[in-house]
Amino acid sequence: MDEKIRHILEILENDARTSPEEIASFTDMSAQEVSQAIAKLEETGVIRHYKTIVDWDLVGENYVYAVIELKVTLERNQGYQAIAERIYKFPEVRSVRLLSGNYDISLTVRGKSMKDVAFFVAEKIATLDQVQSTSTHFVLKTYKEDGVILHEPETIQRLPVSF
Amino acid sequence: MIRDGSEPDFPIRFYISEYSYNFYGVFCLRPSCDPSKFVADVMKEIPPSGIRRFFDLVSGLEDVISLGVGEPDFITPWHIREMCIHSLEKGQTSYTSNYGLPELRDELTRTYYRRYGLDYNPSSEILITTGVSEALDIAVRTVVNPGDEVIIVQPSYVAYMPSVILAGGKPVIVSTHRDDEFSLTAEALKPAITDKTKAIILNFPNNPTGAIMSKEGLEDIADLVVENDLFVISDEVYECLTYEGKHVPLSSLEGMKERTVMLNGFSKAYAMTGLRLGFAMGSPEIIHSMMMIHQYCMMCAPVTAQVGAIEALRHGKDEMERMVREYDRRRHFIVRGFNRIGLECCNPKGAFYAFPYIGNTGLSSSEFAERLLDEKKVVAIPGDAFGEAGEGFLRCAYAASTNDIRKALDRMEDFVDGLKQ
Repeated sequence: MDEKIRHILEILENDARTSPEEIASFTDMSAQEVSQAIAKLEETGVIRHYKTIVDWDLVGENYVYAVIELKVTLERNQGYQAIAERIYKFPEVRSVRLLSGNYDISLTVRGKSMKDVAFFVAEKIATLDQVQSTSTHFVLKTYKEDGVILHEPETIQRLPVSF
Repeated sequence: MIRDGSEPDFPIRFYISEYSYNFYGVFCLRPSCDPSKFVADVMKEIPPSGIRRFFDLVSGLEDVISLGVGEPDFITPWHIREMCIHSLEKGQTSYTSNYGLPELRDELTRTYYRRYGLDYNPSSEILITTGVSEALDIAVRTVVNPGDEVIIVQPSYVAYMPSVILAGGKPVIVSTHRDDEFSLTAEALKPAITDKTKAIILNFPNNPTGAIMSKEGLEDIADLVVENDLFVISDEVYECLTYEGKHVPLSSLEGMKERTVMLNGFSKAYAMTGLRLGFAMGSPEIIHSMMMIHQYCMMCAPVTAQVGAIEALRHGKDEMERMVREYDRRRHFIVRGFNRIGLECCNPKGAFYAFPYIGNTGLSSSEFAERLLDEKKVVAIPGDAFGEAGEGFLRCAYAASTNDIRKALDRMEDFVDGLKQ
């Protein structure tokens, strides 16, 4: 990978709001070059999406999250893709992953209450033909999300002056 | 003990004029004396620290932004700390071999072979030390006879001159200049070499200038070294923080391995400053002699840090490279910033220091730095703390968060604009 592209991606992955001018000031590029490079990265799908990690708890929106493990049976001529598609189209579903091991698919679901989530799983997921079994684990606390530590990160203690 | 009102376990003596009283005020017959007379003469030759004043000033202030810190602003990567913790849990708290843990020396041999094709024997050519500071001290003591001249290239880290003086040697200063981007040239070095010259201390990538040496430049120096039969102590602690081109260890040049002791450590590359771990690589003769001093003054380097260092070499590359890329971005940011606000700054290619020129403001380095702290609460180190050749410059460490660098630049812009009026 080109070093300049790596710099752009690392900066944006850390803070998606960094402007092209700012990015340019950290690299050898001009703001225009940065804008062009970002446009190309967006076009080719390297940059998929810009998002914000929100701590909803702090504004009193107490969302309930659950991790749900699914065992599925595949129908003839249909791979995992078909069942994944059926599932990821529900807005309640925040992520869908195909896994190796004891079960096949793992989802995270967000709802306003435990009842909400439980009903969603019971009515929409468990009833799918391909779904053999579900196992729902409610999230009690999130400590780190997508590389971001959600409570006080550690700070460095240095002498204010040293050689 | 005295302050909290409790009585000491034994009478403490205090001094009134020539005679002393013990804690209970009982007059003692033995006369008191001035203990300073016991301090060896050589200590008077050690220059006072150029940043002591700043340290005292900063400690009392709030909202200070410091670009005066000579260490990473990253915490030691977690996998390294976790390994140290694990070793403590397992009770690995004993002395190690004087040379250091064999696994660590093996790992260093592999690392330097991989990086540069260098071949150091782990059992005789590597010594693990308590930071590069110790390695420097014992390397100098190993090679310097009383009266030997040792060439020190300045501006440079502050420990070289005292080490030479303490070893009974005579420091001879060679200056680098902005026109050469603070690299050392053979022309500058040559006139300083005399019959009495024994060794040269090099420090590239350089603290405080951020200068590096090109391979060609180093070859010229190596020619002079061989021609004059000299030894080189090469402090390469900022090796991994080289942003343009690839670092060239002096010992990798033809004929230089026997003439060089390379000093290096884990502080800068792996953000392990407080763990105090360095190492020296050189010929068995030099390393053995260094070990002779080390075994009596240090015994061995701290074992917990050695365990962490093994982990750093085995699995620390990605994290280290990530930190280096982060420094690289801040380097662009701060250099552009200085040039924008009218403080000319050449491009530092290594370490994490920018060295802007402040001579055209009409202030000396110390005046600039002191007023900057007083008036704008920004700490930077006056260049002359690193030798006279640093006068007219300021060392600004960009091992600080981007936000702090941005704020510091803004405040410095205000300060510089204020000077013009």
